[in-house]
Amino acid sequence: MTAVKEAPASEAAPATLEFALVNEANKRRRGLLLALPAYIYLVLFFAIPLGIVVVYSFATRTRTGGTALSGWNIAAYEKLAEPIVRDILFRSLLLAAITTIICLVLAYPFSYFIATRTATVRNIMLVFVMIPFWSNFLVRNYAWRVLLGNDGPVSRFTEGVGLGETTILFTQTAVVLGLVYGFLPFMILPMYAAIERMDWSLIEASRDLGATGVQTFRKVTFPLSRPGVIAGSILVFIPSLGAYVTPQILGGAKTTLLGSYIVTQFLTARNWPVGASVSTVLMVVMLGATLVYFRSGGRTL
Amino acid sequence: MKREQKMKRLVRLVAVLATFMLVAAACGSSDSAESADGGSSDGAAMASCEAGQTDGDLAIYNWSEYMDPELKDAFEAEFGVSVTEDNYDSNEAMQPIISAGGSGYDFIVPSDYMVSILIEAGDIQKLNKDAIPNISNLLSAFASDLPFDPAAEYTAPYQWGTTGLGVDLAVTGEDVPQTWGLIFDPEIAAQYNLEGSYATLLNDPRETLGAALKYLGYSLNTTSEGELSEAGKLITDAKDRVTAYESDQYDELLATGDSSVAHGYSGNFIVQFGEADNPDQYTYFVPDEGGTRWVDNMAIPKDAPHPCTAHTFINFLLDAERGAQLTNWNFYASPNAAAEEFIDAEVLNDPIVYPTDTSKLEFISDTGDFEINFSDTFIEAKG
Amino acid sequence: MSVGAKQLSGKTRWTLSVNALLIYVFFYAPIALLVLYSFSNDNLVGRWGGFTLDWYRDFGANDEVQGALSVSVRVAIVSTLVSVILGTMAALALERYRFRGNRFFDALLYLPVIVPDVTMAVMMLLFFTQGLNLLDSLFGIRLSKGIATVTLSHIAFSISFVSIVVRARLSGMNQTLEEAAQDLYATRFQAFRHVTLPLILPGVVGGALLALTLSLDDVVITQFVAGPGSTTLPVYVFGLIRKGVSPLINAVSVVMLAASILLVLLSLVAQRARGGSEF
Repeated sequence: MTAVKEAPASEAAPATLEFALVNEANKRRRGLLLALPAYIYLVLFFAIPLGIVVVYSFATRTRTGGTALSGWNIAAYEKLAEPIVRDILFRSLLLAAITTIICLVLAYPFSYFIATRTATVRNIMLVFVMIPFWSNFLVRNYAWRVLLGNDGPVSRFTEGVGLGETTILFTQTAVVLGLVYGFLPFMILPMYAAIERMDWSLIEASRDLGATGVQTFRKVTFPLSRPGVIAGSILVFIPSLGAYVTPQILGGAKTTLLGSYIVTQFLTARNWPVGASVSTVLMVVMLGATLVYFRSGGRTL
Repeated sequence: MKREQKMKRLVRLVAVLATFMLVAAACGSSDSAESADGGSSDGAAMASCEAGQTDGDLAIYNWSEYMDPELKDAFEAEFGVSVTEDNYDSNEAMQPIISAGGSGYDFIVPSDYMVSILIEAGDIQKLNKDAIPNISNLLSAFASDLPFDPAAEYTAPYQWGTTGLGVDLAVTGEDVPQTWGLIFDPEIAAQYNLEGSYATLLNDPRETLGAALKYLGYSLNTTSEGELSEAGKLITDAKDRVTAYESDQYDELLATGDSSVAHGYSGNFIVQFGEADNPDQYTYFVPDEGGTRWVDNMAIPKDAPHPCTAHTFINFLLDAERGAQLTNWNFYASPNAAAEEFIDAEVLNDPIVYPTDTSKLEFISDTGDFEINFSDTFIEAKG
Repeated sequence: MSVGAKQLSGKTRWTLSVNALLIYVFFYAPIALLVLYSFSNDNLVGRWGGFTLDWYRDFGANDEVQGALSVSVRVAIVSTLVSVILGTMAALALERYRFRGNRFFDALLYLPVIVPDVTMAVMMLLFFTQGLNLLDSLFGIRLSKGIATVTLSHIAFSISFVSIVVRARLSGMNQTLEEAAQDLYATRFQAFRHVTLPLILPGVVGGALLALTLSLDDVVITQFVAGPGSTTLPVYVFGLIRKGVSPLINAVSVVMLAASILLVLLSLVAQRARGGSEF
């Protein structure tokens, strides 16, 4: 870092135009320097791998399941037009959307409640939200499998109450349950952040002006907290779309989602070009959605 | 101003270097891919190893619960190297890792049909028989003329077994018929108290489509799209009766009552039944319509970092007592003739481990260009 | 912020409290199960067979578990350190400066967050495969996947998360303090060290915790890029789940959980000592 000592009137009021220009250039250089390491790292270890995936999507699959980087074609993309892929895509979008909506419904009142507690209570509540997520994610999934299994506590409870055995395990319901469980904190945290930052005087004003609770919520609170809603939704929707472990452990590998399909193409089918093409398309879609979010005036997550 | 331009140039240089790397990699590997496909017979030079020689630690890539930890410990003690083991749950999961190269594994255990694929792709090296004197211990049936490795140049058999159905007799009753129809035929299922979703199928295209093909009376290794799609349809129709596609925990799901009929490998069932409160509650059989008989083999990847240690390990496992120890532990059949005198009598006489009637059993073999249809059909059938 | 609006009416407050309680039950049910069955003397998880500490003893004695644990910790520490440094620098650069190509950099920084696990796993596998082949054919250096490839991959996704957290903190910050420091003749570095850094520290710590968690928890990416002998704990657990689940997994997880809780409590206490408020 430079130890250049600058004149007092630096950022606040540049003395001459020349000075201002030099200052600007210095700042830009510094900014670039600061950003450079991360920039290079990401280009090398992220942008290039990404490029390789796109390249592979145009390669050919050899007879033995390897990939020949020759004979470039778009066969891998043509395969995406098959009905099975459309089914999987539709199902994945649906499940991801359901998961997101459920998370939203559960998280909103929860975040609102936390935001209205005192500072100490807030901190404690937030820490307790995060603690379960410091246990291994796989094992948490597996714990649900035990919970919902034939011999498990939930089943024994429902049997005892007379409702018979629970058969949720290995269904799409179980998968949604697992996804909601896994991603709820990603909805809670941004929503809490947004709600806490809201200008509460507006809500108070609305009440003072005679609006009912519901009206205040619809017209004032919800719109004010929208950035949190959107950020949380993105943070839940995207991983849900690409989920792979949860559908396998809780869905009994019966529910093929996009994530499982990609992995199957790479492993079972040994068809890397198709795995790459699905990954590419998925990413383009995500990128598109995020761009839309930013264009519509969203702030940083 | 100058500094800023220098920065920009640096970034641009990195970008150019990176692109160059990418292009070079593309050219480089396409060459190697082509040569590997073409020159498999004279490709991999045999490692020059001697019996008992080691050249570093051993990295094993194996199916799970397939190797007795005590055998690994004994090898470590005897030869002074350390042994690590990673697992895969299907041949198709293992193959891309090995084919890609640089996997770091010295010892892998591919199944019969996968061996042909690996040989053709040039991914495994010829074994140096001088370093494996115990190879003479093998049963003659396994020593040569195996369809996937005719001259027995690349592999030595590890264990063999069958794939069939494990059934919970407490649900079905003792007189349950030995048929795949327990899963594929709703009428039979109803007759034997199998309701709801009670079955698990292996999450493996060749095995599960194979079961359906056998039930329909076709060969496991069909190259007919019509027959394959019939099999696929059978699986789709059975979806409501299948609770999960599970290749690892099918035996546990049977034991906890989450399933009543489980598709899986012989040895795993024996281990699980042995641990049950009431072993007689369960049974395993290969259905009358026929099923898979498989042989898993020991092989060494072409670019294994420590091939000599791997050769020594193969020799170690082919020893009479070691081979018996393996079978006594994982309850799969041993291809080792000399080991038979050390195998527990009850294991040797167990028809599940050593089936007496092998006429209805078929080996899975590589169907060449048709192979990918199996995976595609399976994925579509699962939905 | 007016306190008045934050008061909730009795009925609302009651409903919301119950809702919050139910959600906490939802969160902790599997954890409770986890802890409970780690003491169960039965090979199958889910059946209670009497109290025992065997699984914990097993955990201590089991070489494979200890090996995986050591790999996980090493990878996590290195990846957290590197990604915190790079991520904080990136955040500072983007929030405080305008430079050429910063929009592209901004976008690049967001990509790892929106790319799904599986795609990233595949990307890194292909990249390392090509890279290692290249090294071999160009220079004859034969390396294989291992701890290095795992660590490099973890850093790749952690940088973005760290920068997001730090940026959030930075953007909410009042710059007048920094400007005041400069008006008082502090050098840029002094201003950074004595003013900016302490102010963004909660953000940096939050980012570090996030990076640590992401690294310790990662399964799919690690599985694809790990090599022999570089199995991390989650990948090992994934393998254990295949071999036959036994309460050993529970014991392992409880230990990891306890360690994480301890870590966070320590950092909270440290923050309190500094006089920081919320994170």
